[in-house]
Amino acid sequence: MKLFEYEAKQILRSYGAATPRGVVVAQGEDPLTKIREAGLTGKLVVKAQVLVAGRGKAGGVKLANTPEEAAEIATEMLGSKIKGVTVRKVLIEEAVEHDREWFASITVDRAARDFVLLLSTEGGVDIEEVARENPEAIIKYHIPPERGLLPYKARELGKEVGLRGRALNSFASTLVAMYRAFIDHYADLVESNPFTVVNDRVVLLDARMIIDDSAIRLGLVKAEQDPAETGELSEWEVRARRLGLNFVELDGYVGIIGNGAGLTMATMDLVKHFGGEPANFLDIGGGASAEVMKKALNLLMEYPKAKSIFINIFGGITRCDEVAKGIVQALKEVGARKPVVIRLVGTNEEEGRAILEEAGIKAFTDPAEAAKEAVRLGGGE
Amino acid sequence: MAVLVDKGTRLLVQGITGREGSFHTKLMIEYGTKVVAGVTPGKGGMEVHGVPVYDTVAEAVREHPEINASIIFVPARFAPDAVYEALDNGLRTVVVITEHIPAHEELRFVRYGRSLGARIVGPNCPGVISPGKAKVGIMPANVFKEGSVGIVSRSGTLTYEIAAAITREGFGQSTAVGIGGDPVTGLDFIDMLEMFRDDPETEAVVLIGEIGGDAEERAAKYVKETRYPKPVVAYVAGRTAPPGKRMGHAGAIISMGTGYYADKVRALRAAGIGVAETPFEVAELLKNVIRK
Repeated sequence: MKLFEYEAKQILRSYGAATPRGVVVAQGEDPLTKIREAGLTGKLVVKAQVLVAGRGKAGGVKLANTPEEAAEIATEMLGSKIKGVTVRKVLIEEAVEHDREWFASITVDRAARDFVLLLSTEGGVDIEEVARENPEAIIKYHIPPERGLLPYKARELGKEVGLRGRALNSFASTLVAMYRAFIDHYADLVESNPFTVVNDRVVLLDARMIIDDSAIRLGLVKAEQDPAETGELSEWEVRARRLGLNFVELDGYVGIIGNGAGLTMATMDLVKHFGGEPANFLDIGGGASAEVMKKALNLLMEYPKAKSIFINIFGGITRCDEVAKGIVQALKEVGARKPVVIRLVGTNEEEGRAILEEAGIKAFTDPAEAAKEAVRLGGGE
Repeated sequence: MAVLVDKGTRLLVQGITGREGSFHTKLMIEYGTKVVAGVTPGKGGMEVHGVPVYDTVAEAVREHPEINASIIFVPARFAPDAVYEALDNGLRTVVVITEHIPAHEELRFVRYGRSLGARIVGPNCPGVISPGKAKVGIMPANVFKEGSVGIVSRSGTLTYEIAAAITREGFGQSTAVGIGGDPVTGLDFIDMLEMFRDDPETEAVVLIGEIGGDAEERAAKYVKETRYPKPVVAYVAGRTAPPGKRMGHAGAIISMGTGYYADKVRALRAAGIGVAETPFEVAELLKNVIRK
């Protein structure tokens, strides 16, 4: 789960990191009242709380000379769209006079199976661009998870990016704070781009955090987010999320349901291979029950982009009889409003086929034949 | 021979009394795998499909010192504990079926396991099958048959699909391994390529990848740099997957400039690895490199 900037900053502050003084204003609230209540004065920055990349360039970050001007900007920004995403909250912060900007991030390194810290003197710009064009401007340190990020290491790294004296110590404690927040929140990412130094103190001007969904699922981290508010998901993806389904909207016309991410993607690719266009990705996962299958099929029956539906199941931990029960129930409840092509093989295949046959439904065994049929019925070549 | 599991495997099932643990214990026994004991804390003294259940791994290995591998069906919250329990009781082949274990936990127990020289398969994987010898996993056995192709895959169901397709064309398998769909895995493509290289029974390797991360690129580099002595063919899922969207698996996401389908295919082909356009084409590519 991606956190909003103000949420990430709240967490990082609780670990002792410094951020500019600020206040969050939601739609329906009066920005000027909130600014005055928070005691903010002078030049202010108004930042749209949206989870899109390149927010600044898209007009989501604006400077104001007075609280009144900031309130005006906030009023305009709230409810407007940044890269297609509605702004529901803004963060208004005191503008921090500064000359230099740095970048720091901590992520999981898949290949090395550890945590990796990236640090750069070129903050405030797209770090992937820096990585491409000026890779030596980025310092990389692999943090051994067994002992974590030690303060001495943070000081050594700070010296490498030009920090000295009290600012160096402030940097070290900020970096350790970021690392502790990263660990405690099972984060995939903690990032500040940029941070700066004011009066020998490191201040995080921006912050991002992504939390491992598995940790949230297990209750190890408490985090709630209304899927509709993130702006990252389409209307249909939000609907699917609320049903607990793993669904990604695409632009084609053949609806796809598969079990397992790899097979579901391969099913999309197969539809494309036979001249069709997949309308979505929908993975019912491992060991799906009849109930999950039913929900999945009902969703695609309503999903207007899908003109035909291709269900491709290769049972392993998922059992074909459960899947077949779900299909029969769904068709009984909502009816076959669209052509459905089923390919069903694997664990408990015979039981599954028997259930389908009893309901007068035919299932394919060959995925290529099934894919061609789904493309044809969807109106493709 | 085969890799990881064979006729000599004596298996412990952790989480044996659960729905999946019990169901797949039955299927593994039916396949001929020697399932020696099971563990579920608090359920010691029970039997599941004739297999004795213990409260702890320590008791199980004391009563059955022949145990040399474990398969874990324990729910995500308790799965890391189960992995450490297996490792600390001397087991060095551990298959973790469990899905939704946080990456931070995974990398810690994977690092610990690797420091002991243990081979952890998964998490979030279908397990391992050496057809005709042993099945330590949840895969439908009927799509596999004995032969000389090694399969290594990030995806469970796609492994079944491709195994079924190559079996139909007459290519059996030495061992098929699902390494798991999470960002962090125990064994990776390169570990498996090394094992298959040293296995006299394996004549060719099928590598099944998907979008996200750079495991395929690293495998390609390894094949190229070591002049890998056996033919490798590949299939990569996700040609039509959009960037920035998590495609089911935690690891399957094109993000921060990496994980693209085209980059993976380019790297694999540059290493001389044939890349199939569809799962069925894998068999066609195998026909070019080995006899049935």
